[in-house]
Amino acid sequence: MEKKDYKRIVDSNKPKENRIANSVISFLVGGFMGVFAHLLSDFYQFTFDISSKDAATFMLLTFIILACLFTALGFFDKWVNFAKCGLIIPITGFAHSVMSAGLDYKREGPIYGIGCNMLKLAGSVIVYGIVSAVLFGSIRYIGGF
Amino acid sequence: MTFKFDNVYVENTSCVTGPYEKKGPLGHKFDKSYDNLYIGEKSFEDAEVRLLEESVDILLRKARKSSKEISLIIGGDLLNQITATSYGIKKFNIPHLGIYSACSTFTEGVIIASSLIEKDYIKNAIVSVSSHNLSSEKQYRNPIEYGAPRPLSSTFTTTGGASILLCNHKTKIKVESGTIGKICDMGQNDANNMGANMAVAAGETIVAHLKDTKRDINYYDLIITGDLGIYGMGILRDYLKDEYGIDLLNNYNDSGTMIYDLNKQKNVHAGGSGPACSPLVNYSYIFPLIEKGILKKVLVVATGALFSPTFIYQKHPILSISHAISLESVI
Repeated sequence: MEKKDYKRIVDSNKPKENRIANSVISFLVGGFMGVFAHLLSDFYQFTFDISSKDAATFMLLTFIILACLFTALGFFDKWVNFAKCGLIIPITGFAHSVMSAGLDYKREGPIYGIGCNMLKLAGSVIVYGIVSAVLFGSIRYIGGF
Repeated sequence: MTFKFDNVYVENTSCVTGPYEKKGPLGHKFDKSYDNLYIGEKSFEDAEVRLLEESVDILLRKARKSSKEISLIIGGDLLNQITATSYGIKKFNIPHLGIYSACSTFTEGVIIASSLIEKDYIKNAIVSVSSHNLSSEKQYRNPIEYGAPRPLSSTFTTTGGASILLCNHKTKIKVESGTIGKICDMGQNDANNMGANMAVAAGETIVAHLKDTKRDINYYDLIITGDLGIYGMGILRDYLKDEYGIDLLNNYNDSGTMIYDLNKQKNVHAGGSGPACSPLVNYSYIFPLIEKGILKKVLVVATGALFSPTFIYQKHPILSISHAISLESVI
């Protein structure tokens, strides 16, 4: 049998993912996360009497800490499984990926385990984040924007 | 390539599993099951070692034998360099052959052991395999606590250790023949659809076995594939029909769909997989039926996907293989 004929059989037996339901759930969860983040940012701003920029930083830190904590406590992956990208597209996804990789390798020790592996998933985000920062920074610098 | 055996029998089997398998429909049939994936160890790798070791312990106890009476132990698992097996059988001090054939390791082991017993090189042999859901996740996919949603076509690696003792004196189950499969490549590269990668290998091995033995598909009371999962079963049916005009009827089933309750245990998606999947179902559920004579002739077709994440990232397709053993009820 040709590969393309086999592919046809495979495709005809492939289960249909429910993309619409997944998108609606992600949209709603992502939206609620945004609202919650804004309320939290306002709360910090008015309670501690700080600028909105500082309050946003505190809000992000809170989200990072919560994502790491919930990952370590073992239930964040179940939430993500339900909410899909609604829960991890913000900064929580980055924290979640670093924390989960770190947890996997804790038995291999602090150097060869956690140190070497905790950026297993997030490493490429950092690398290409820096690369694009340099690239766009240069464009701004040269262009004088 | 099919070997016929006249003097190889199954003396005893043992199954040790994790919590998901315990909650499945065959949960009450296993020799021992754990409620926690750590199995009282500090890491998931250690847990897998323990599963394999305990399965051999239980097997020796059930067969009332000491490790000195065993000629050979053959084993394999999914971890790099099949280390779970090496550590798991260390204490038994039995001559050992380590083999790798992914999820078809168990039938490969049985074929090798049966050949040596048939030729009288050895009196008996143990074949052990293990897999652990989370040690496999860590090695092949994402970190354990990472919540990447899995597609519906993905399978769920079984947690368990399973061992079988083969011997040269008559028991109720005879290993009648074994067919060694070839590597198949259909250009599939989706690591989340193992059934699609392996169905072709199962099909080829079934056809080769039937041709070598000059048998019809209906000769067997049951043909049981390894871990194709619910969608892989459909692919195998379509493949055999389109390519060879063979209809798999009611005498066909798949271990991956039997070890879990696919309606209740939703997170397993397409079914179970891993080297332990097929032996756990066969030893705990199918073998007792053969012993009682309810099933007289059974073809066990374990299937394995031969791949590593490195080769996938380098854009190579996923290869697959399948080895089959034919079992007969002796009453």
